[in-house]
Amino acid sequence: MAERRYAKTHEWLTVDGKTATVGITDFAQAQLGDVVFLDLPKPGRKVSRGEAFGVVESVKAASDLYSPVSGTVSAVNDKLSSNPELVNSDPLGEGWIMKVEISGAVPDDLMDEAEYEKSAEASAH
Amino acid sequence: MPYLVHSPQDREEMLAAIGVETMDQLLVDIPSSLRIDELKLPRGLSEFDTLAQVQGLADKNRVFPDRLTFRGGGVYRRFIPTAVAAVTGKPEFYTAYTPYQPEASQGTLQAIFEFQTLIAELTGLDVANASLYDGATAVAEASMMARVQTGRDEILVAGYLHPEYLEVLRTFSEGRGMKVRRGDEPNAKTAAVVFQQPDFLGLLVDARGLTERAHAAGALAIACVDPISLAILAPPGEYGADIAVGEGQQLGLTPSFGGPHVGFIACRKDLVRRLPGRLIGSSHDAQGRRGFVLTLTAREQHIRREKATSNICTNHSLCALAAAVYMTYMGEAGLRQVADTSFKRAHSLSERLSKLPGWEMAFPERQFLNEFPIIVPKAKPLLRRLARKGVLGGLEVSRWFRELKGVVTFTCTEVNDPAAIEHLVELIQASS
Repeated sequence: MAERRYAKTHEWLTVDGKTATVGITDFAQAQLGDVVFLDLPKPGRKVSRGEAFGVVESVKAASDLYSPVSGTVSAVNDKLSSNPELVNSDPLGEGWIMKVEISGAVPDDLMDEAEYEKSAEASAH
Repeated sequence: MPYLVHSPQDREEMLAAIGVETMDQLLVDIPSSLRIDELKLPRGLSEFDTLAQVQGLADKNRVFPDRLTFRGGGVYRRFIPTAVAAVTGKPEFYTAYTPYQPEASQGTLQAIFEFQTLIAELTGLDVANASLYDGATAVAEASMMARVQTGRDEILVAGYLHPEYLEVLRTFSEGRGMKVRRGDEPNAKTAAVVFQQPDFLGLLVDARGLTERAHAAGALAIACVDPISLAILAPPGEYGADIAVGEGQQLGLTPSFGGPHVGFIACRKDLVRRLPGRLIGSSHDAQGRRGFVLTLTAREQHIRREKATSNICTNHSLCALAAAVYMTYMGEAGLRQVADTSFKRAHSLSERLSKLPGWEMAFPERQFLNEFPIIVPKAKPLLRRLARKGVLGGLEVSRWFRELKGVVTFTCTEVNDPAAIEHLVELIQASS
């Protein structure tokens, strides 16, 4: 299992070869509350790092989703259209959001778990 | 008890609390040149004198009787059953604001639910919202839905869409980077093909063909429809349109100098998340009783500001209520009778007019319902003469479309009885 990396905007990323899997963190889902809808891109769309690629809507907020890498969307998690609550119940597993064929290198300034936890904790206060 | 809630003593206490001596000191930042020290208003009038003065102003209006009005162009005179005003005038409904709290507003919510249901049935689509402002903003809102849904930014307007709707669409598009083009060939950039059925001139368009063409290009089809026409024409849902919008004034609302009217919008179920405004649903309370609640309002519309698909968070509830009462009262058979009578009257008028010397149907090969374009010799002075005789003749459409020089659209509804039509034709004959 590839190491999970984290963006400041609360997305996580695992890389397998040239394919990155992207989701939102446990901290993010807890802050959002019950997720009711995700507006996701169509496969084939090009995304740049830091670009808003979709929207997650919960009972109390609607937030942009930012891509942690540049590349082409190769798949989105179709289960989320009928079961958006997977983002709450299993954010790092079944609740993954999209897969991206990475173009170029994975940015090296993404955080590891310990760094992210520290940063998330700080942003919670 | 005075109307102003703060007594002089309250004011003094508040000023003291913030350390300011007089109210005027709160305004020191406004330059004195911009401040008004004294309003030069005449002394108040008694209620009696006020009414007399207002009546004097109202008497200057030239009011055309409904039956002698042959002008449509988006707003129509129709018979409005007394039941409509009897319901909309109930104080429970006739309030200044629409409350949505289910514990306090079951009547209002049920009325909106009924309106939504009737519009969905009339358009043959899955879901309708609680209403929009008017037909023009409904076209613009539907276009924005298509843009977000397809990720494309061109709106293709086919044929004669109401020119004012087009203007509103252009205004909405400008700030959102949407391009509006007139034409009927969608391409890979086209988010939606918008067409009006019947069109602004009253002519029927090939709605099914346009819808298929939109879909073949991967675009949505937005049908702007006349709600009364749906009693006799195929509904948009039947020919595959993705979104249906329109102006609901004909459903129980008076022309009122152009508003307030009511817009409607309905769409396929899978577009419901893109639907602007409010959606009321039927539900059950804790004791299992049926009730109505604000079911869906895409949250992004309240909180995503410039990124929102739409910033409409309200509706035209009282006008929508009038429309719901009208549709319910008329029923399917009543609506069909209204549409059918209007059709017959307009066709009898067109036959009479096209026989007049120099008069000629502008598009003789095209079909129409209750409004039609006809070439009129010396239209302007003729319309002026008719107006002096108390008859509101047709609408000169060259004002918006240069290629339609000399074309006037005439309208008949069920209120234009045969004697009124006869009177119009006689006046025209007498004056030419």
